[in-house]
Amino acid sequence: MSTVTLHKVCKTFGEGKLAVHALRDIDLEVGNGDFVCLSGPSGSGKTTLLNMIGGLDRPTSGEITVANQRVDQMDKGELAEIRLRNIGFVFQAYNLIPVLSARENVEFVMQLQGIPPEIRHQKSKEILAEVGLNGMEDRKPAELSGGQQQRVAVARALVSEPALILADEPTANLDSVTAEKLVELLRHLNDEHGITFVISTHDKMVMGHARRLLKMHDGKIIDDIQQR
Amino acid sequence: MMKRTLPLLATLGWRNLWRHPKRTFVILFAITLGVWFMVISAGMMVGIIEQQVRDTIFNLTGHAQIHNPEYRDDPAIEHSMPPPTPAMLEILNSPKVKQWSSRVRLPAVVMSERESRGVTLVGIDPKHEQGLSLIGEPVVEGRALESIDDDGIVIGRRMAEKLETRVGKRIVVMSQNKNKEVADRGFRIVGLYRAELESTETAYVFTGRKTAQKLLGLNDDLSEIALITYSRDGLEPLVASLRQAAPTLETKSWKELEPLMVSALKVYDNFMIIWYLIIFGAMAFGLTNTMLMAIFERTREIGLFQALGMRPRYIVGQVLMETFILLLIGVALGNLTGWFTSDVIFADGIDLTEFARGMESFQMSSIMRFQLEARDLITINLMVIVLGLLASLYPALKAARYVPVEAITRT
Repeated sequence: MSTVTLHKVCKTFGEGKLAVHALRDIDLEVGNGDFVCLSGPSGSGKTTLLNMIGGLDRPTSGEITVANQRVDQMDKGELAEIRLRNIGFVFQAYNLIPVLSARENVEFVMQLQGIPPEIRHQKSKEILAEVGLNGMEDRKPAELSGGQQQRVAVARALVSEPALILADEPTANLDSVTAEKLVELLRHLNDEHGITFVISTHDKMVMGHARRLLKMHDGKIIDDIQQR
Repeated sequence: MMKRTLPLLATLGWRNLWRHPKRTFVILFAITLGVWFMVISAGMMVGIIEQQVRDTIFNLTGHAQIHNPEYRDDPAIEHSMPPPTPAMLEILNSPKVKQWSSRVRLPAVVMSERESRGVTLVGIDPKHEQGLSLIGEPVVEGRALESIDDDGIVIGRRMAEKLETRVGKRIVVMSQNKNKEVADRGFRIVGLYRAELESTETAYVFTGRKTAQKLLGLNDDLSEIALITYSRDGLEPLVASLRQAAPTLETKSWKELEPLMVSALKVYDNFMIIWYLIIFGAMAFGLTNTMLMAIFERTREIGLFQALGMRPRYIVGQVLMETFILLLIGVALGNLTGWFTSDVIFADGIDLTEFARGMESFQMSSIMRFQLEARDLITINLMVIVLGLLASLYPALKAARYVPVEAITRT
């Protein structure tokens, strides 16, 4: 079973002579519980590909299926719904909501899902403990270090148990020790919860943890390596 | 679903407001000032209108009157009416009627040694005029009329000035009697009365009803019966029953007797709505601008909301919730300061005696009192909140239309 399927996906920005082909005829299948890293130089199309899979942007052509649903044909509301129920995001810049505490940030998605408060509190407490933020639940993002903020972002992405987590350069703003700890955490969560991860990265350490490494260049997947 | 999301939207709305306290205070001040201004202008306008309506009703009109059908077109002696029948008395003495009185009211001329003036001579039953008309109030100099047989005369302060006379002096009243002959007699001025408007003080002179009937040869005939009830609204059933009891006479409510006042009330109502809209218009620009700035600053965050699966309608809801909280605080402060201004600072009204003559040309009293009505406060508050939310709908919809991938990468 595949969590993500892409068939001949193209994305072109601009028109005519100014057209930039960010993705060219991408065919890809990502299986359930996989841990995939996208690597490649800047401008190779890693982030664009993640955005297409996550329904944050639409392909110029081609088909994208996530959790058996065609995201390329969905309207704004349906895309929001599939992101809410099936996809978790971790961004390079953490992207926490500054006015909410760590616990509230984690509970944000569950609140949108309409999960009752007592279940939300229980789950957020557990997941924050799992990512090593015990006792920091009530801190605002500004009161947390970069690594801690990224852990909150991971907890937020994970807490609703999505089928897929998309992480765009999650370690780019972290020091090497914190980055290693974070990737070990992601890998541990992948092993424990069976959640599918697709991570774009420049970081060789992150690539080293991937089960599958996809190398991109000029909007194409030029290499697909099964690691372990 | 929306119900479960409301606490989240409220939390975000409240905390977002305090990200830029200075900006929030500025727009709160603008809303408070706007609402305060609406509240005190409504209070002032209602105060003026109420004063005018009260003066009109108190100025011998009452809540309803019964006449000879011809009397209102031509208030001549031949258009008098007989005393009330038992059927009419049954209604007039019923608990629905607070006070009623019968009067003789005819045009006349008063003459002092120096001056003469055209007036309306009113023969009254002094005991029954209390609470019904201005002459029921105590006189300011001399004494009030004491009975229907009282043969003294009470004139207005201003009239005394015009006639260059005073209490204790005699004046002559001349009118036409039932035989269409001149009827005149001398009266001793026993008192001077005060009215809100000087024009009233020069319009009427009062004597006992029997004295007037005797002077004019009316026997027991009357010019009118005036009454007041416990509320000036909802008079229709009472008027209808009086019409039924006195089919040959004309019974009219104050609204029918004073159509100009009723038209003025409608004009005031419409004017106030336009006035509110003008004030709100100025406020709305500030509000829309503030919310636009807020969503521009938070473009990246809105992109994050979208990425996390917040539906467009909740993004609209989030911006509206923030506006709603802002409006709610502004409206509460505006009401509070408005109430404080009208009911504490100016509880006794604003004394405009210096401008009394000018005010009188607008039929306004020299003391301007504020009167806050629940209906006006509800209109103002609802209008500010509903139109305020509409004004922030543009920024809210703009936020909901962001493309997630563009919004989230905005720096």
